[in-house]
Amino acid sequence: MESNFYEEDKLLVFTITDEIDDHSVQMIRRKADYEIERYMPKRIIFDFDRVTFMDSAGIGFIIGRYKFAKMLGAKLELSNLTQGVRKIFEMSGILRLIPVAEIY
Amino acid sequence: MKEILKNEMKLEFISKSSNEAFARIAVAAFASQLDPTIEELADIKTAVSEAVTNCIIHGYDHKHGIVKISAKLKENEIIIEISDKGKGIENIDEAKEPLYTTKPNLERSGMGFTIMESFMDKMEVESILGLGTKVTMSKIIKPKEEEEQEEFQMLIKD
Ligand SMILES: Nc1ncnc2c1ncn2[C@@H]1O[C@H](COP(=O)(O)OP(=O)(O)OP(=O)(O)O)[C@@H](O)[C@H]1O
Ligand SMILES: [Mg+2]
Repeated sequence: MESNFYEEDKLLVFTITDEIDDHSVQMIRRKADYEIERYMPKRIIFDFDRVTFMDSAGIGFIIGRYKFAKMLGAKLELSNLTQGVRKIFEMSGILRLIPVAEIY
Repeated sequence: MKEILKNEMKLEFISKSSNEAFARIAVAAFASQLDPTIEELADIKTAVSEAVTNCIIHGYDHKHGIVKISAKLKENEIIIEISDKGKGIENIDEAKEPLYTTKPNLERSGMGFTIMESFMDKMEVESILGLGTKVTMSKIIKPKEEEEQEEFQMLIKD
């Protein structure tokens, strides 16, 4: 997973480059939380453009980051949902809670 | 007409989370003999990933155990059995409910069974407390010639 912080906008963008399952999500979670605490952004975006696989572990991961962001007063958004990723998120109903930013 | 068994495979591995990717890729490679679409293959991968993860994190609670997979290909269907000899499920109907999870603190969403049910055509769970759990799921993979035939029929309809 790659991350970029844009100081002017206090925007932290994560580009997930791995498959997301129960195994890989542990490393992704550790890195995400570390970077969020380090930069204390106002806006966090997870970009899924390069995610070729995601199962229910991705739902738990995003709900967890949503709560964490909320606690720190940051806004969470998702971006570039691939077809498979969208299908999983749609089942869980979290897209009613978390906005999808097509461009950022 | 007698059903023809076309192919069959079995797979066993220890309950390490790094085997989740191995398991879904192996089953997908086997399923590709039925010439599924990319979306059908993605559905199978996801369902396998859900069932295998459940064996590892719930069945064995991250302790050492063996996860077994068997898959059969019939004329236009794949049937997959995934089982563990772990702790079992007390109330299967409750476990299958969307959002039901016994591990909310570990960021589980309780969507695994719901995903398996909707991505596959059939899903059945058998479980005995203390003895283990077996999930059997199947998916129809329409032969591509048949689809082409249908498209052709549509084209010449009027
Ligand atoms: N193989 C298993 N052995 C024991 N219990 C299981 C097994 N599979 C599922 N369960 C039980 O059923 C519940 C629901 O499973 P399900 O896969 O739907 O959700 P989850 O695994 O808790 O969360 P998610 O799959 O969304 O990450 C689990 O929380 C667990 O209590
Ligand atoms: Mg699960």
